[in-house]
Amino acid sequence: MSADMTQSGAEILLRALKDQGVEVIFGYPGGAVLPIYDALFQQNAIRHILVRHEQAAVHAAEGYARSTGKVGVVLVTSGPGATNAVTGLLDALMDSVPLVCLTGQVPTHLIGNDAFQEADTTGITRPATKHNYLVKRGEDLARVVHEAFYVARNGRPGPVVIDLPKDIVINKAPYAEPTVQHPSYRPRTEPDMGQIAKAIVLMKQAKRPVIYAGGGVINAGPEAAEALTKLARLTGFPITHTLMGLGAFPASDPQFLGMLGMHGTYEANLAMHGCDMMLAIGARFDDRVTGRLNAFSQGSRKIHIDIDGSSINKNVPVEVPIVADAGKALNALLAAWQASDEPTDKPALAAWWRQIDEWKGKDSLKFTQDIKRGGIIKPQYAIQRLFEITKARGKDTFITTEVGQHQMWAAQHFHFDKPNRWMTSGGLGTMGYGLPAAMGVQIAHPDACVVDIAGEASILMNIQEMGTLAQYRLPVKVFILNNQYMGMVRQWQELLHGSRYSETYSSALPDFVKLADSFHATGMRAQSVDQLDDVINAMLDCPTAVIADIAVDQAENCFPMIPSGAAHNEMLLGPEHESSGVGVTDAGMALV
Amino acid sequence: MPSPTDTTQRSATISVLVDNESGVLARVIGLFSGRGYNIDSLTVAPVDAAGLRSRINIVTSGTSMVIEQIKAQLDRLVPVHRVADLTMDGPHVARELALVKVIGFGEQRVEALRIADTFRARVVDTTLGSFVFELTGNTDKIDAFIELMRDLGLAEVSRSGIAALARGSSVI
Repeated sequence: MSADMTQSGAEILLRALKDQGVEVIFGYPGGAVLPIYDALFQQNAIRHILVRHEQAAVHAAEGYARSTGKVGVVLVTSGPGATNAVTGLLDALMDSVPLVCLTGQVPTHLIGNDAFQEADTTGITRPATKHNYLVKRGEDLARVVHEAFYVARNGRPGPVVIDLPKDIVINKAPYAEPTVQHPSYRPRTEPDMGQIAKAIVLMKQAKRPVIYAGGGVINAGPEAAEALTKLARLTGFPITHTLMGLGAFPASDPQFLGMLGMHGTYEANLAMHGCDMMLAIGARFDDRVTGRLNAFSQGSRKIHIDIDGSSINKNVPVEVPIVADAGKALNALLAAWQASDEPTDKPALAAWWRQIDEWKGKDSLKFTQDIKRGGIIKPQYAIQRLFEITKARGKDTFITTEVGQHQMWAAQHFHFDKPNRWMTSGGLGTMGYGLPAAMGVQIAHPDACVVDIAGEASILMNIQEMGTLAQYRLPVKVFILNNQYMGMVRQWQELLHGSRYSETYSSALPDFVKLADSFHATGMRAQSVDQLDDVINAMLDCPTAVIADIAVDQAENCFPMIPSGAAHNEMLLGPEHESSGVGVTDAGMALV
Repeated sequence: MPSPTDTTQRSATISVLVDNESGVLARVIGLFSGRGYNIDSLTVAPVDAAGLRSRINIVTSGTSMVIEQIKAQLDRLVPVHRVADLTMDGPHVARELALVKVIGFGEQRVEALRIADTFRARVVDTTLGSFVFELTGNTDKIDAFIELMRDLGLAEVSRSGIAALARGSSVI
């Protein structure tokens, strides 16, 4: 061993983190990680944010990562510390968020002995991470940390766990500088130019094109979102986003059709259903997007750009697969489109737009707000006002959400013109995501406006993080759409289970104003529509963290909705529209 | 382009070159169980001089869309170097080894030995009342031998699962 052996494993670990550009760690101490906390105490380069629950540490790191494009870092102890982190890890895996999670472990000689706070962390987290490591020798430590960051951020990003036995972080270890090459993991990022040429042919021939773009574009960085915007404007093609993709293309642009999928707009879903050419970028054709697979966009030829080859041809077969970084592929498409003198079918595209405008005319997100004094607040209206007021104020605004109806209404009615401003749990659908994620966003953007759009049920799943907000004086705004129901489950019970509201009423709710007060935050409440704007303004003006408890219509359902097992053209529209679409089939009842 | 409507099941012999590190087999097996893929046979052993690389041979079955998905999923595992579909990539040879214990006396015992000879099985252990035969070959041959031994005192079988290589000079 040539390297000097003057530093403990914990010091080596922190040195490696520093060399990887880490500025913040979200964590919670415990016995197995005491030496790491001791080393943290003796340095100033890396800031530690003490959360109140390990799950929240992971979501906070996700919020940090998704709003900055950097790798989020988590530090938790062994056993329950690690198992509490698992939900967050799987959330990050499904939504492709780059994280490195350091877990404590019992000393190597005790592994397998059922020692105190021992868990088989690498075993438990294997299906919940992109990759994981158990460091068994001090000389591997620095290399493993560098590798973990490489794996987390390259290819399709994801969470990586490093399990650190206590003796490894205590004993002296050598340092190794970061290396750029990984022996086996070398994801392809450059597109195949032959495939790009094929894609251009399909795009030029298209009569009814649609661009369907997802979170992969955001993960590929702001340059990718810019390339997407240029390509859409250059081609004149209509564009729709997945839940994860919102903000990649400006929502205020007339070419934007809104979000697609189960609660997507009428025009987005019918454009997907009726198109003859689909350009999918960084999206994975998941069941919330496709509806019934055998009825999904049957008449289209499809191009699919994804950095993860296993996402291509998984659910939907495509004509032109392109395994590449979304930004690089989009720039290649831009260049090839401009270089090609192949004509496009302009009259067909104009006719397609007329058709789409007709669908848009249906105004599928329409709702009616009673604006009289004392009128019950519609949840959609609350979000619309939040959007309009934050927009008018002009401050950079980041939105996180919990999971459920409020999340879908936020996706429908809050409009994003920039990437990295929208943080939500898409794949896993983790209630309790929004508050800790907002915390992480606020840490990364101390001067920005950060709002967690929440439901009264979800918010209670990580409510303890109000303590973290207080400790670090993070002025996160929690905007609760309180309908006293687990609204999305209640909606399904109403539509699919004969209105039998089994266990979905939120009994014995806390007084959120007092709750805010007890956590050194500011509580406020809006009971009726005339109070709404004042509460939103007061919330945004408040220098502290806020819980704004907005009482909303308990019976409101989230529409449009593609019922499980139905196709894109079998959408249910809301009470504002004449009845349309179909009910749920027996096969659909079995789906989630 | 694989078609989702094509429900024809095919068998695939897939070879995977991986880093010989702890947990790598669990990753591969976990992928199959977690995503509901079949494993009909699985072998794993280090294959290079330094013991740094292992080769995993998997026989699986599914529609061609599923087999393509299995290969893509294997390929994105971090410690995986190469994934080869020997069934699709051209002709290949696949062999497995079986140890077959047969207990019997008299004419049964003689018949077992005679059949073993026909199959070019070797006797690797014998007592007055038992044989352990060693047999290598493709899966069908071993299945056939075991089937014949059933009436002749078949007591126990241990099989290696298949090892496979592409024919000719190509390597994975």
